[in-house]
Amino acid sequence: MMERIAIARINNCLLVTIQVDMHDKLALALREDLGEKLVETHSSGVLLDISSLDTLDTFIARVLAGIGSMARLLGAETVLVGMRPAVAMTLVELGLTLEGVHTALDVERGLAMLSRAKA
Amino acid sequence: MPDTPRPLPADLVSWIQRHQTQILDDWMTELLASPRTRLDLIDEMALRQESKEFLAVFLTALGNADDRETSPWEPVQAILDELSRARDEAGFSPTETATFVLSLKHPLVMRLTRDYESQGSLEEEVWNLKNTLDWLGLYTTEVYQKRREATIRQQQEEMEELSTPVVKVWDGILALPLVGTLDTRRSQMVTESLLDAIAASGSEIAIIDLTGVPAIDTRMAQHLIRTVAAARLMGASCILSGIRPQIAQTIVHLKIQLGDIKTEATLAAALKSAFRQAGLKLVGSE
Repeated sequence: MMERIAIARINNCLLVTIQVDMHDKLALALREDLGEKLVETHSSGVLLDISSLDTLDTFIARVLAGIGSMARLLGAETVLVGMRPAVAMTLVELGLTLEGVHTALDVERGLAMLSRAKA
Repeated sequence: MPDTPRPLPADLVSWIQRHQTQILDDWMTELLASPRTRLDLIDEMALRQESKEFLAVFLTALGNADDRETSPWEPVQAILDELSRARDEAGFSPTETATFVLSLKHPLVMRLTRDYESQGSLEEEVWNLKNTLDWLGLYTTEVYQKRREATIRQQQEEMEELSTPVVKVWDGILALPLVGTLDTRRSQMVTESLLDAIAASGSEIAIIDLTGVPAIDTRMAQHLIRTVAAARLMGASCILSGIRPQIAQTIVHLKIQLGDIKTEATLAAALKSAFRQAGLKLVGSE
């Protein structure tokens, strides 16, 4: 049994706090789980909290962007929350600006953003 | 630093030490005849004193084998450090300082080849002596260079410190007034300090003010776009302000795509826009 990242539900949003080192399989599993959960719960938003990650490779970044696109197809907006300065700089250097996803400084502001979007 | 020179045979060194005074006199004659000695910057007495000290320390080092923990050349280098510094401040050029050391070659070698009675050939030892003095001459220019580099580095650091202040203008609103042009190194620093300030203060809006930027090129524009993109990834939005008309023209001319980055003409307008974005309203008092 592979470890999986927990998905919590708050205020009709799915909250994913990534606290372990993301490896490729784990990221793909997360994408799958999120898709199922979105359909199952009819949630209108996804919050991805990556504030404890201090590295992020291009594959994971693409998976995160992919989660954004997938969630939009399933009727939910995605907010990426708490990216660290060093991670942001690296992603931009690599040319990954993740245009498809929204961003917020922390979970609180991300939730506020999602509830604004709903209203 | 090159390898320290090989020591000379003890009898040779003690012979030179015995003839120290004559060599010093010869050297002084040589120095006084050379225009590179710059007698306008140093008087004869001081020069004689310097020469005497250097010669004494130099000869001591020559006689000491390099078998101890510390190099016998350290005192010589210490003297040259001080000498180069003093001469640099007095206005000597690096060549003139190096010439001071190198001009010892001639009197020393002359004296040796004329008066020293040796069994074998002196050629090897003379060669060694010349090399040693060349090495010390080069050392003085190295001291010069190091001093220059230290000055440049210090000024660069000061400039960088001065030029990347991130200021908080309101709760949740940061401003980054840019002054001068951004090269890759500086833009990295600017981006870093802005992102760190965003993370530390939890500000959602950053105003990048370009009033102090005299000109912009594609590379600098690229850096700006990247900074804005990185800030967005963290969840903060940026407003560019204070773009001069000429710069605006350049941006259009170079077909730089600023994309959907928000821009305002002045810092004041940007602040107003930031207030609006943060849901703040300015109300005048009665």
